[in-house]
Amino acid sequence: MTRTLKRVGAPLLLLAPSLILVGVFVYGLIAANFRTSLTDIHTAGQATGQAPSETVWFENYTALLTSEAFQHSLKNLVLYTVVFLVGTMLMGFLWAWLLERPLKGEGIFRSIYLFPMAISFVASGVVWRWLLNSNQGESATGLNRLFQMVGLDFLQNNWWNNVSYGIIAIAVPAIWQLSGYVMALFLAGFRGIPEELREAARVDGSTTWQLYRHVLFPQLSPVALSALVIIGHMSLKSFDLIMSISKPANYQTKVPAVDMYVFKSSFDYANAAAVGMILLVIVALVVVPYLVRTHRKES
Amino acid sequence: MTATTTPAVPPRDLAGVPNEPATTPPRKNPFGLARTLRYAALLFFLAVVLVPVYVLLVTSFKGAGDASPARAWALPTTWTLDNWTAAWDALAPSIWRTLQMVVPSAILAAVLGSINGFVLSRWSFRGANLVFTLILFGMFIPYQAVIIPLNQLVLDLGLPSGIPTLILLHVVFGIPITTLIFRNYYQTVPHELVEAARVDGAGMLRTYASVILPISLPGFVVVLIWQFTSAWNDFLFAVFFSSYNNGPVTLALNNLANGALLQNYGVSMAGALFASLPTLVVYIVLGKYFIGGLMSGSVKS
Repeated sequence: MTRTLKRVGAPLLLLAPSLILVGVFVYGLIAANFRTSLTDIHTAGQATGQAPSETVWFENYTALLTSEAFQHSLKNLVLYTVVFLVGTMLMGFLWAWLLERPLKGEGIFRSIYLFPMAISFVASGVVWRWLLNSNQGESATGLNRLFQMVGLDFLQNNWWNNVSYGIIAIAVPAIWQLSGYVMALFLAGFRGIPEELREAARVDGSTTWQLYRHVLFPQLSPVALSALVIIGHMSLKSFDLIMSISKPANYQTKVPAVDMYVFKSSFDYANAAAVGMILLVIVALVVVPYLVRTHRKES
Repeated sequence: MTATTTPAVPPRDLAGVPNEPATTPPRKNPFGLARTLRYAALLFFLAVVLVPVYVLLVTSFKGAGDASPARAWALPTTWTLDNWTAAWDALAPSIWRTLQMVVPSAILAAVLGSINGFVLSRWSFRGANLVFTLILFGMFIPYQAVIIPLNQLVLDLGLPSGIPTLILLHVVFGIPITTLIFRNYYQTVPHELVEAARVDGAGMLRTYASVILPISLPGFVVVLIWQFTSAWNDFLFAVFFSSYNNGPVTLALNNLANGALLQNYGVSMAGALFASLPTLVVYIVLGKYFIGGLMSGSVKS
């Protein structure tokens, strides 16, 4: 007994501060948030505890999920995530593929492709709001003006001001910012492939396509999965970029994370908490299987 | 950046995977054409990536005379520093506050992460993996799911709004990623080193102080850069737990860019540059370690 205590005691003692902090701030707060999401705290008076509130169970959830406005947010979230994922994966893979074999100036290309990652979404949002200006024709600036200048006038569009697809415009800067990251992942993946495998394929007389299909792609699939999970969960949590490009109250580009902010600002804590929980469930659906899988592999 | 990250890369590559020279000698490419096409594609994408940088720089030097949309992409007719001084005046106090926030939170999170990483990589008790996974989950959650009660908790703790609160939040929510990075890093430390110390009768704390800590420098650099960058670039916590008068630079910049009725792009672009400068300098000077942080966010070890 004392031996077990000695064996387990010291590590636990060292871990204790972090375990308590994470326990309280992550798991404790999620529980408290869930509790709030089951109440009818929709006003400032109730939020500060001056007016009474009661438990309404899942009413907030059903109201949210059946409301046209929140469904619009969910639709936006799906659209944004699909475009963001496809864009970063394609660009990232393409860049990695172009840089995979040694090449003069390789380091410069890599560094520049990756640099947007060091910048905050708020800062890049300043430029991208200018680039994605919806004015066209005479008054066009930004990308619309650039399209005119290079004779691609038909590409002009109203970007994030489009009600149905405006959110896709916001995915453009997101792709700009994170493709370099996916490239770095794929490059690491390429570098991790033993040269013997390529050699063997070559000796077998494989065509280039066969080499990719049967040797390189299978080796890269774990990296691709990591990239999908990372970009996917970032995309589901997107907030900064949308806030800095369009206004929070902007219907065209709203997503659940923005809804949560708007509810919180108007002291509708119950709905803010419910949106938070819905978002958590969505993210968990992506991340938990991944973590469990990794966990299993390790043990 | 604002990312939490997690690819599957061996930890030995912690600092600078893509910087390592490829394992194979360059093969002579028999097709000059293929090589040219490759360069053409790379240069094209380079230009695309740099378009926003061009806009940022050019617009930040433009005066009122260049306001016409027709001159949107042209160089300034007269170069002026007015935007830069205006942006500096608007952002300087918040930049100073951000430094005061970022430095302590990076150090504290790194220390906690180092201790956790050491314990979790060396002492396998039952459930160690589960504990690790539970900690790790904390970096994936959307913070929207905790902000309402967190607001109450912060009030109850009596922490002043603004920088002190943000330091606490960046430390707590930095623990998962710093633990992950250090755990992966320490798993590359030869077992014999730790065993030797144990045979000598050193306890865990002494093993940590005498064996692990002295070799932790690269790990600390990676983690500090990571924490510095993500706290510097954070907007979510800033917008919920501070205000324009006591918050970090992202909030001040957003205010600058959204505040005025007539958007003055020149000033906001100069401001965006000021706000990005610290992280850009870190990226340029310590790029190798920056990339190390990106990579070693690896869940897999």
